[in-house]
This record gives sequence, structure tokens and C-alpha cells, in this order.
Amino acid sequence: MAAGCACQAAEEKTLPYAQLDEVIAKYRGEAAAIITILQDVQELLGYIPKQSIAYLAEKLHVSPAKIYGIVTFYAQFRLAPVGKYNLMVCEGTACHVNGAKALTRAISEELDIAGGETTQDGLFTMERVACVGCCSLAPVVVVDGEAHANMTPARVRRLIGQLREKEQRSQGAQAAKEVL
Amino acid sequence: MQEKTVVKVGMSTCGIAAGGRKTFATLEREIAKHGLDVELRQTGCIGMCYIEPLVEVHSPAGETYYYGAVTEEKAALIVQEHLLKNEPQEELLISREKGNVFSKQVRVALRNCGDIDPESIADYRRKGGYEALRKALLEMSPEQVIEQMLASGLRGRGGAGFLTGLKWRFTRAAKGQPKYLVCNADEGDPGAFMDRSIIEGDPHAVLEGMLLAAYAIGASAGYVYVRAEYPLAIVRLEKAIEAAREAGFLGEDILGTDFNFIIKIKKGAGAFVCGEETALLASLEGERGMPRLKPPFPAEQGLWKKPTCINNVETFANVPWIILNGGDKFKAYGTEKSSGTKVFALAGKISRGGLIEVPMGISLREIVYEVGGGIPGGKKFKGIQLGGPSGGCVPESLLDTPVDYESIVKTGAIVGSGGMIVMDETTCMVDMARFFLNFAQNESCGKCTHCRIGTKRMLEILVRITEGKAALDELDLLQELALEVKEGSLCGLGQTAPNPVLTTLKYFREEYETHLRERKCPAKVCRELLTYTIDAAACTGCGLCTRRCPTAAVSGEKKEAHTISQELCVRCGNCFDACKFNAVLVE
Repeated sequence: MAAGCACQAAEEKTLPYAQLDEVIAKYRGEAAAIITILQDVQELLGYIPKQSIAYLAEKLHVSPAKIYGIVTFYAQFRLAPVGKYNLMVCEGTACHVNGAKALTRAISEELDIAGGETTQDGLFTMERVACVGCCSLAPVVVVDGEAHANMTPARVRRLIGQLREKEQRSQGAQAAKEVL
Repeated sequence: MQEKTVVKVGMSTCGIAAGGRKTFATLEREIAKHGLDVELRQTGCIGMCYIEPLVEVHSPAGETYYYGAVTEEKAALIVQEHLLKNEPQEELLISREKGNVFSKQVRVALRNCGDIDPESIADYRRKGGYEALRKALLEMSPEQVIEQMLASGLRGRGGAGFLTGLKWRFTRAAKGQPKYLVCNADEGDPGAFMDRSIIEGDPHAVLEGMLLAAYAIGASAGYVYVRAEYPLAIVRLEKAIEAAREAGFLGEDILGTDFNFIIKIKKGAGAFVCGEETALLASLEGERGMPRLKPPFPAEQGLWKKPTCINNVETFANVPWIILNGGDKFKAYGTEKSSGTKVFALAGKISRGGLIEVPMGISLREIVYEVGGGIPGGKKFKGIQLGGPSGGCVPESLLDTPVDYESIVKTGAIVGSGGMIVMDETTCMVDMARFFLNFAQNESCGKCTHCRIGTKRMLEILVRITEGKAALDELDLLQELALEVKEGSLCGLGQTAPNPVLTTLKYFREEYETHLRERKCPAKVCRELLTYTIDAAACTGCGLCTRRCPTAAVSGEKKEAHTISQELCVRCGNCFDACKFNAVLVE
């Protein structure tokens, strides 16, 4: 641990400390704002980098263990970045009864990742969530805040294909721009 | 009376997920294109989630037309034919459907949902909004408000069913200042969406309910603890708070009296256990959401050790109606001990899933068959899960049970917060028990040994059963563990987590035994117990299944019947999904 790894050093350098300070300042004087602050940090960075925990602990005058304890207690907080497309498979009761498990399996097969994991290219994450409240449209997969209703394994595979295509197109466009 | 035609589009999370925004945009565009003098509005969820997006057309003459499943094309057609030529599109109307869904319903908590624009305080006030507050502040003492609540017999709608008026009386009587009020909107039961729909459809009703409660107990600050997974609800709540503040219903010297009240929103961070009062308070205080021993009850020592009253969203939504119409009016609905109406989220294997509000005492059969329209696809009803992971599964033989707190508890389930999941013959009860226990196990905060480890051991047994690896006597062990977890847990989560297991063991024991004795899953859900074969007569040898099989278990010549090697088969079901000729058989 003493030597630290290269990625950690890189992470430290890239943490936007000024923005973190702004978040902290926003809730100054408010009691028990740690959870709210962490929510804002995650909104800002997409996840809670380990390094930010130490930084927040120092600024908020609490132990890093306390913050780490909160981060790992609540399902909302992530310690690793998510992919560009976060496939949230709803595993609420209604979705379960209507075949959510088959969707998880199809995504797993298609992307070779398990729940909570991200593909190597950083494009897709599969998140298994406990209920998004669209029970009458079950089973549901949410991507980028948009709920896809009445999903089947075939439709979820198609959705992944469409997202991949979209990505390739935009990469193609990017490459073309660079050439010009 | 309104002068022009009003068109409303249901825009709650479920309506939007079904395409409500596109429908709204199309209507907006088409109305503008034809230069029509029509008022287009958004509204909340009317409850008919199965047929979203919903469009309602009100003519100046007072006629109302409901259109269901309105796609963009249908939206354009409605403008073209109905709004422009005044020719309602009979074949697209759902009036009869609506009649079926609504005939048994009485809407108190949902009185404005799907009717008013949730983002307009003026709309809420047109429906008598904030009149209850005026009445209470100007004409009633806090004690009189509490008396009305006691007279109504309203019991906490979050699940525990404690008398709301009594809770208020205790908090009022408790020593210590300041006092706090908390609205519990941490709707964690997977399969329930009552609270989300109420906030999304009628946020001011919740705020007014909170104001009345604050006046009654003597609180000057309140929190809404709402799930972060409900972004739309949070946005509408924020707007409502802002509008109420501007209108002088929140802040200082409300309505010219010396009553002050502010409301803050706190976003939950995703922990089911935070639905439990003391865990919720810990979370509000910025800690890990772990419950503590009661007493002292929150009414005596709650947030920051001050007297605190915690009620659920639906409870609050009922309050303004009760104060305005009188406790007796509410008590006239329902049964002696379970008065009033209750909102339920009906989902699962049901034809007309959605949000319903019915008088307590109605039978489960009426809800499933008359309101919900029964099971789709001609399948057979098997059970209905009440109360989510804390509840239980009620079988067909008990469908005539009246829905009231006491009768439902006798079946082994609970009314809970109002989730109702219908299951048919294709649902495996052992798998359901495993599903709920897996949820409870994940969400156990870890404080009590029985809940933390007991549920894990129970889950392991259930997994073994669904994989055909358990011994027959493990059912007794499962039962024993279930009773001990109930006994040895501090809070509601652990005390109720075994309920789904206990009720399925009680009512569907033979299904467990089939899994154990015959290593078969009658509902064909438990993968490890299935056998896939190919019906040689139906197989055309198209080869689609061969290509989809991840383990090369399917083999055969082109255009000839294929076979599946049972040694290689991993029972993924891909061949079954792929086959277009129903030639893959599952047993």
C-alpha cells in the first residue's frame, strides 16, 4: 500500500478539488449532511473515488472509516466508475415474476459481465436494481433514465446491438472529423 | 365552467416509460399546427398503468373521453378527428374499461391523481386544496385536529397500521423542543409504487397533510425522506414546496397565524431497512441506517433525540380530506377496525395492473377479478403476494378473505404498504420464496445475528431446493430457522423476512416436496431441474437452436430432427427461446 499504484496516483491528480470544496461549502453548517454530500460527489464524478473519501474525511473532520462505512452501507454509492451505458435491470417482484432473470442472463452472455461489472472497453455496465416502480410494464430495463418496457432476452440483445452501433457511428464521425 | 376543450396526458414515471412524452409532444405539435384553441395539460397517474399512455379529452359541454395506449399516430388521429372535427374515435376509447376498473374504487388518497396538473398549485387549490389547512388553523385547536384523526380511525399506511391520531397525540404530549415531523417516502418494497404515484400525481396533498400534522403535534420543521430512485417525484416535490412557500402555506406566520413550518427533502441512498422508523432517523442524522431498540419510541426520542412523528406518504395524503370532510366520513368506509380506503399497487400476472384505491374490507377475489380483470392468457391463478418481502403469499382457497389488517394477518401475510403481486401457474412458489429471502438477506443491515446469518442459511437451503440438491428433512430445518429469525431480530425487517417462506411452506408445501422428491419444478422455473428435449416430429432442422446453444449440446443434420445431449446441456433455455416451431420441450 505504501508505494501506492500508478492508477491511484493518477486519480489523485485528476480529482477536481475545487469542485469538491464547492460541494462541501454548499452544506456548511448543516448537520448530518455527509450522505447528501456523497450524493453530490457521485453526481459530479459518477462514483466515489477512494481518494475523495480521504479528502472529504479531512475536510469534514470525521474518520475515513466513517465515510467508507456509509458508502458501503447504501446501495446507491459506487466505488468504481460505471460504463457509458448503464443497463439497469429491474429485479423487483413484478419484473421477477415476468422473467427479469432471463434478461440478466442475456446481458451476461452478450457482454460477458456479471451484475455490477463493467465491460473492458468501459462502454457497458450491468446494474441489478431492486425496483424502479414501473411494475405494470414489467420486465423493465432502464438505460440513461429511459425505461424500456416489456423486455425479452431478444429485445435486450437488440438494444445492446443498437447502442453498440450508435457508438461505432459516433466514433466513425469523430475519426472523420480528426482526419479533416 | 371551463370554456375550452382540455386535453390531459398521464405523465407519471410509468406513463413516461410507456411513451407519454412522445404522445404529449405530438399532441402539442398537432394542436399548434391546426391552430386549435385547446388547453393541453400534464397530469399524474390515474392508475391504469396497463394501458398507458392515457389521454383524456374534456369538452366544454362537460363530456369526458378516455383514450388508452395512445401512440404518436393515435395522438395525431385524436387531434385530426376528435379535436378538429369533433368526432370522438369510438374504437380507441376505453370508457368501458374504465368503468370496470373504477366501479369498485373509492378515491380519497388518490382523489386528485390523474386529474390535476401536479405541478400547478392553482389546480390543487381549485380542487379545495389548502382549505383543510385554513379550516384547521383558523377554526380548530391542535387537539381538535387530533380528535378528528382519531375519529377517522386512520391507521398508518406504511405497513404497521398504528393509529395515526394516537401517534400524533403521543408526540404532542411528549416533552422536549423542538419537535420534528418526518414523511417516510422511502418506498422500498419491490413491487409497490403507491407513494411514488401519489407524490408524482398530487404532491400538495402530501404537503398539506404534513402541515396539518405539524400543527397538531407542534412541530416547526419537517423532512421528506424520499428514495433517490424516484427522480420525478423529487422534482415535483421540490416544485410543490417552492410554490407552497410562495403562496404563504409554508414558512413563517402561515395564514396570518403564529404557526411556522418548513419542509426539507432528504434523498435516501438505497437501503430497504431505512423504511423502519429508527433506521430512517439514523439515516437522516447522516449515519448508516441501522435500527435501534424501541422504546424509547420516536414520539418521545426521535430525530436528534427530540420528539418526532413519522408517517407515510399515503397517510399524509388522506389527512386533508379527513379534516375537510370530518373523521366520521372516512370511518364510514371500510370495516370497524380497518376504516377508510387503501391504495394498492396491483402487478404481476394480472390483466389490468396499476394503482387502485378500494374501501378496506373488499375481498381479494374482487380485487383480482373485478378490478384487476383476472389473469391474462387464460392461465390459472395460483397466489397473491401481499406486503412484499415482509408479507406472505395467499392461495386461491383464501381469496375471499376481506382486505383488512386483522384478516390478512390471520393468513400469515400482512397488508403492508400495499404491494400486491399476482402469480399464476407459471410462477414457482419455491423460487418466489427464494427471491424474497434473497432480497431481505441483501438488505439486512447486519446488526442482529439471526437476521444477518439466519436469513443466509435459509437462503442457502432454498437455493439447494431449487437446484435439486437438498434433502427432504431440510424443510423442517428451514421452518425452524424461519421461526428463530422472527424471534431473534430487533426490527421489522428481520421479524418479517421469513414470512414469504412460512406462508409458501404452509400453502404450497407439495410444491417444495416435488422439488425435493422428484427433482422437478412443476412451474418450470427452476433451471437446474428442467430437462430440454426436441420433439422430432415438430423439428424442421433449421439449425437456429444449434447456433444459439452456448455448449454445442444440440446436434443434427440440416433439415433433419435435432437432439440435445443431456450431458452437455446447461439448461440456459436459449434453444427454447430460439425455436420458431415449438419443437423444444421443457419438463
